[in-house]
Amino acid sequence: MKRFAQLFSTIDQSTKTNAKVAALADYFQHAPDTDRLWTIALFSGRRPKRAVTTTKLREWAAERAAIPLWLFEESYAIVGDLAETIALVLPPNTPQDDRSLSAWIAALREIYTQDEDARKTFVLSAWDQLGGAERFIFNKLITGGFRVGVSQKLMTRALARATDKPEAELAHRLMGNWHPDDTTWHALVEAEDASADASRPYPFYLAYGLEDTAQHLGDTADWRAEWKWDGIRGQLILRDGQYFVWSRGEELMTDRFPELARAVDYLPQGTVLDGELLVWPSDQPVPSSFNALQSRIGRKTVPKKLLTEAPVVLHAYDLLEWQGQDMRNTPFAMRRKLLESACADLPADAPVRLSPQLGFDTWDDLAALRKSARNAQAEGVMLKRADSPYLAGRKKGDWWKWKLDPLTIDAVMIYAQSGSGRRANLFTDFTFAVWNGNELVPFTKAYSGLTDAEFRQITAWVRKNTVERFGPVRKVTPHHVFEIAFEGIQRSPRHKSGVALRFPRMLRWRQDKPLQEANSLADLEELLRIYG
Amino acid sequence: MTKAPVLSFTENGIYCAAGDFYIDPWRPVDRALITHGHSDHARWGMGRYLATHAALPVMRHRLGDITAEGIAYGEVRRIGGADVSFHPAGHVPGSAQIRVEVQGEVWVASGDYKVVNDGLSEAFTPIKCHHFITESTFGLPVFRWEDQATVAAQINGWWAGCAAEGKTAFLGAYALGKAQRLLTMLDPAIGPILTHTATENTNQVMRDQGISLPDTILAKADLKPKDHPGAIVLAPPSALGSAWAKKFGPQETAFASGWMAIRGVRRRRAGDRGFIISDHADWDGLLSAIKETEAENIYVTHGYTDIFSRYLKINGWNAQVVPTQFEGETLDKDVSE
Repeated sequence: MKRFAQLFSTIDQSTKTNAKVAALADYFQHAPDTDRLWTIALFSGRRPKRAVTTTKLREWAAERAAIPLWLFEESYAIVGDLAETIALVLPPNTPQDDRSLSAWIAALREIYTQDEDARKTFVLSAWDQLGGAERFIFNKLITGGFRVGVSQKLMTRALARATDKPEAELAHRLMGNWHPDDTTWHALVEAEDASADASRPYPFYLAYGLEDTAQHLGDTADWRAEWKWDGIRGQLILRDGQYFVWSRGEELMTDRFPELARAVDYLPQGTVLDGELLVWPSDQPVPSSFNALQSRIGRKTVPKKLLTEAPVVLHAYDLLEWQGQDMRNTPFAMRRKLLESACADLPADAPVRLSPQLGFDTWDDLAALRKSARNAQAEGVMLKRADSPYLAGRKKGDWWKWKLDPLTIDAVMIYAQSGSGRRANLFTDFTFAVWNGNELVPFTKAYSGLTDAEFRQITAWVRKNTVERFGPVRKVTPHHVFEIAFEGIQRSPRHKSGVALRFPRMLRWRQDKPLQEANSLADLEELLRIYG
Repeated sequence: MTKAPVLSFTENGIYCAAGDFYIDPWRPVDRALITHGHSDHARWGMGRYLATHAALPVMRHRLGDITAEGIAYGEVRRIGGADVSFHPAGHVPGSAQIRVEVQGEVWVASGDYKVVNDGLSEAFTPIKCHHFITESTFGLPVFRWEDQATVAAQINGWWAGCAAEGKTAFLGAYALGKAQRLLTMLDPAIGPILTHTATENTNQVMRDQGISLPDTILAKADLKPKDHPGAIVLAPPSALGSAWAKKFGPQETAFASGWMAIRGVRRRRAGDRGFIISDHADWDGLLSAIKETEAENIYVTHGYTDIFSRYLKINGWNAQVVPTQFEGETLDKDVSE
């Protein structure tokens, strides 16, 4: 595990992409097959089957560190990472182990069938044998989530350097449902025949955001526009008589959307669609808000009632595979024509619909359409160049998202709480209020949008202006006004103020604005009336 | 009738009624006893200052023309009805815990402290008392410092690596205390040691008072980085990545702080590397210091006060949280610090 720990530390310590790629490429060239296979797996969010619950891990770690469990939990809340907290509280030791990464993973697999006592013995002895960095990695093997600043892009670049294969091909090979237990380095990375299992998705093409104007994009005739829906991006795969639904986060979500099963009745096999998953009851002119979709995302199985109340439909906007052929190099306008003909005969109650294109002649036309996006329950417009191929990952030039300006309100900070992990010694989580007469009514929390320097500045201020403490939360003197931006507003009986905001964040610290000039509850009600 | 406590916690800071003085006050008062020269403890505007002989030069350098008197470690001074003495806190050169005795009752205000000997500051001395005021900057069991030699090897290894690649190594650290401690840990055989003005000013003050530090070169605006290949530059954290730093060309940056123990903070703030080293006590250090005082009453100030005092209470101490304006160790002090 030392070699992997070394790789991990190098990547973790570096802020430079080239250094990370070089370290990874070197590892991919020299590590044993099973280790490098597992390394790809771990860095792309796969992990060994969990052999120990996190509850047990916490208990055992507190016991080994000779501290009470509550103190462990408090420490965890501040460190923000369970594997790391455990590694930090365990007593220092003299490491004496040279088993490889995959040997440790195999050992973890073995305890899976054993009773709790045996698992505990195994974990405690692993902690005794492994040094600091390896302890952390061992814990991560159990808890999962190697967030280490290695994007899929960076990993495929390193793999390309190590194997001399094109990045795009490697990106596709690494997609989908594979697991190190069922494949080999050779089959995944090297084998000539990459016709993998039927569920393998294509890498998603992601757009960059457009600021202010689209004028500089040239002739409008070269572009196609459509709504930017406020749902979740999904890829629907119809192959071998089966269907698969993948999220953009590369999560297989087929079981969560059973209504999409009927797609196989209407569309031919060998079809892959890119589109937006939306809750959209057939009697409504526009989709339901994102909140409705949230009730579906969290569930692995869906009760019948919810299927009726919040039916999910895929709004298709691209065709990636047709009649078993990879269509990604065909120009978008052609793919769109094929998509339209494929969707032409779909009945109104089919779980797949064609996402309409927006007609526009001038950029001003499109700007006006964008302004009306909220009426369509969309969050802006998408622009796609008519002759663009379907690329992998976030690329500049051919696709743009042009989002609505957010709604904003000026609010007063009244509570502050320190963050965890990256933000462990900073106050970063704030509660904001608006005026109701002479009273300040809290209505939202926000914890992003400021620069590090601003967070440091506000942290120093909070330390000196704490009025009262409630555990980790500090009540502060009402003084600072922030412009809060958000994407939507809804009535919510669960919130004191009666409203819930979508994606609230701090847009600006209004140091120029006196406290009294913050907005009021009446202003919030007005926004609710217009946009709610 | 209950008698007034020897030390009480007021809006101005820690107050001794028997001697009518304050310890590290944060508002102007007539008489201030100062534990050490960091800006959250030694503030401007006091009528009279009393501090250790070793702490005074830095205080005068930072606060300018002040009315101040020095005192030796261990020397007992009668102030009103209180007997006062200063004892090494091990935090930075000249730093002290202040012992106050009134009618046989002993209180110790420890300011900032660390229990390990860094070879530069006067080594921490435990003082028996009835009431102990402790900081808790790193009062969580996740904070456990490695010994200084291990960290020195890490820093020198990194510096040598930078030098070999033709890069300048920038190490961010407090100008007072941490920077000088790091100086003593660096291996001058690797290359020249350059300093930022804020760091060098403090170095000079310490050299003038007889503290021995390795040779350094002040990195003035007209310094030519090419003349100093393989250099390390010691600078306050805020100077890293500045226009001044950029003119050194290819470089790596690192921070030296106890906060670097947390991976998330390291990733947020560390630049290329983070070294875990602090002039505050770690978890084990805090607990051992408290045990050695044999005090029953513990007042927990700046840091993880709630968690640390809860732990002390469960383990039999009479502990309480005391609000203060002390800041402990932050990553975010300005050049002035």
